Amino acid sequence: MTDTRRALNFDDQAEIVRRFPDQFGIDWWRRGRVIGGLAVMAALFVFGLIRLEIPFDRLISGSIRLVEFTGMMLPPDPGSWAQAKIYLNAMGETIAIAFLGTLGGAVLAFPVSFLAARNVVGSRVLQLVTRRGLDTVRGVDTLIWALIWVGVVGLGPFAGILAVMCSDFGTFGKLFSEAFETADKRSIEGVKATGGSHVHSIRFGLLPQVIPILASQVLYYFESNTRSATIIGIVGAGGIGLQLAEQIRVLEWQKVSFLIMLIMIAVAAIDWLSGKLRFAIIGRRAVV
Amino acid sequence: MPAVVSELPDAQLRHLMDHYEDAVSAKRRRTAIGAAILVAAIVAAAWMGEVDPAKFADNFWRFPSYFISIMPTLSLGTLWADLAEWLWGLKRWTGLLLDTLLIAYVGTLIGAIAGFVLCFLASANLVRSRTMVFVTRRFLEICRTVPELVFALVFVLAFGLGPLPGVLAIAIHTTGALGKLFAEVVENIDDEPIDGVVASGGNWVEMVRFAVVPQVLSNFVSYALLRFEINVRGAAVMGFVGAGGIGQDLIEAVRKFYYTDVSAILMLIIIAVITIDYGTEAVRHRLIGRESR
Repeated sequence: MTDTRRALNFDDQAEIVRRFPDQFGIDWWRRGRVIGGLAVMAALFVFGLIRLEIPFDRLISGSIRLVEFTGMMLPPDPGSWAQAKIYLNAMGETIAIAFLGTLGGAVLAFPVSFLAARNVVGSRVLQLVTRRGLDTVRGVDTLIWALIWVGVVGLGPFAGILAVMCSDFGTFGKLFSEAFETADKRSIEGVKATGGSHVHSIRFGLLPQVIPILASQVLYYFESNTRSATIIGIVGAGGIGLQLAEQIRVLEWQKVSFLIMLIMIAVAAIDWLSGKLRFAIIGRRAVV
Repeated sequence: MPAVVSELPDAQLRHLMDHYEDAVSAKRRRTAIGAAILVAAIVAAAWMGEVDPAKFADNFWRFPSYFISIMPTLSLGTLWADLAEWLWGLKRWTGLLLDTLLIAYVGTLIGAIAGFVLCFLASANLVRSRTMVFVTRRFLEICRTVPELVFALVFVLAFGLGPLPGVLAIAIHTTGALGKLFAEVVENIDDEPIDGVVASGGNWVEMVRFAVVPQVLSNFVSYALLRFEINVRGAAVMGFVGAGGIGQDLIEAVRKFYYTDVSAILMLIIIAVITIDYGTEAVRHRLIGRESR
């Protein structure tokens, strides 16, 4: 047997290029599409800059001011111990809003998500109508819901809870019904084969499969809702956002940085906690 | 046919039954403890959050009545005139909505480019220096943990009112969010092409360009589109703090009780958001195939 291993020389390279023109030639059609796509994106970008009348002269002066602000933020300082206690209380309010809002949204969404799942409720029309309804609820930002609920129950964290609940209702309804639809059919068929009714097949075939997934999704959103709950105070729906907006308006930068620090610590803590709980529930299986 | 279920001797059966009882009661106990903790947390949170069922019951009628009062009066006979009256500001609102979409687009694009550049520095499999990875990661974390509306509030003070603070706030938040997601994609890639490029003498930039980018690009685009979808919602409320877009008109209509304007603007926002959702979902499906979303 002859040894076929040898280095390629230039003749070999030329031979290979000649033999496989498709691999080495330039695919102008493909390249044109990429360049065309990028050109459209760039054009849209420039159009946006022109239409939004971005004041570039202010970019420099504003950046200088930002650096000044950042300098004034250090070190973070709540002012006094009494002030710090108010802030801690507001942070607690924010966490309460996120917790109850997430939980309430999940509880409300659970029964509705059955209607939106193709494999649970037979009617295609009902399923589509429910899905579109959930999409509509989801399309409205939490902050807009907060604005509406402040009008209904007045200022305060209660309005915030109801706002988070509403927007989560839309999100969970969709996520839960997707979890139902991707569940394994065999256990459902198993329950039916042993003589169970449709309700039995859902209770003993479907739910045990999806409950851990749903719980994990709820925990995941608890963390992300803590972030959104930190700002709904801006429209008067309770929590730390009110304090934050106020201190930014009166340029108390050290208090601002203290509040931001508090938010980051709280979000990190809840992230850690919900991560632990999720793993405890679903094991080391990555869901979501 | 005789029964195939074998009978166990009583002693052995009792032992097994006890074991079963123990297992069941242990599980019940765990569930009960979990439920007790949950109830305690709910009570504490309800106290913190000033939940007041009486107030809720007293005021709940206002919720449906609010939606009824923002409904426009449309009757079949004079449908066109009614529609014209309801949507009297359509030209202004669609303009503002276009602004909102452009704020989201420009912000997402800047943020995606910044995230694209930074994610390679935040990937432990590409960068030798631990410090570099650590610093980049913390920077991205700060960018995404501070809510974009807080950035917008600060930027309004620095740059003045208008879309610029909105665009910058979205860009920074997007940098943080996408930088992290991109870095996770990069850390999961196949190492062999990297070895290949390095072995044939490529430098770091060539390695990223020819070994990493082709593997991750479609995932990146998919994540960026998802972010654009989220940013459209975010841009819709930027106006609440004076950072441009349709939010300004919405909060004014809500505060001044211009009821039918509220419903008209909300409807336009919802239509825009749902249209973008569908559009990006279609593109994403084409990019990464139906099965792996």
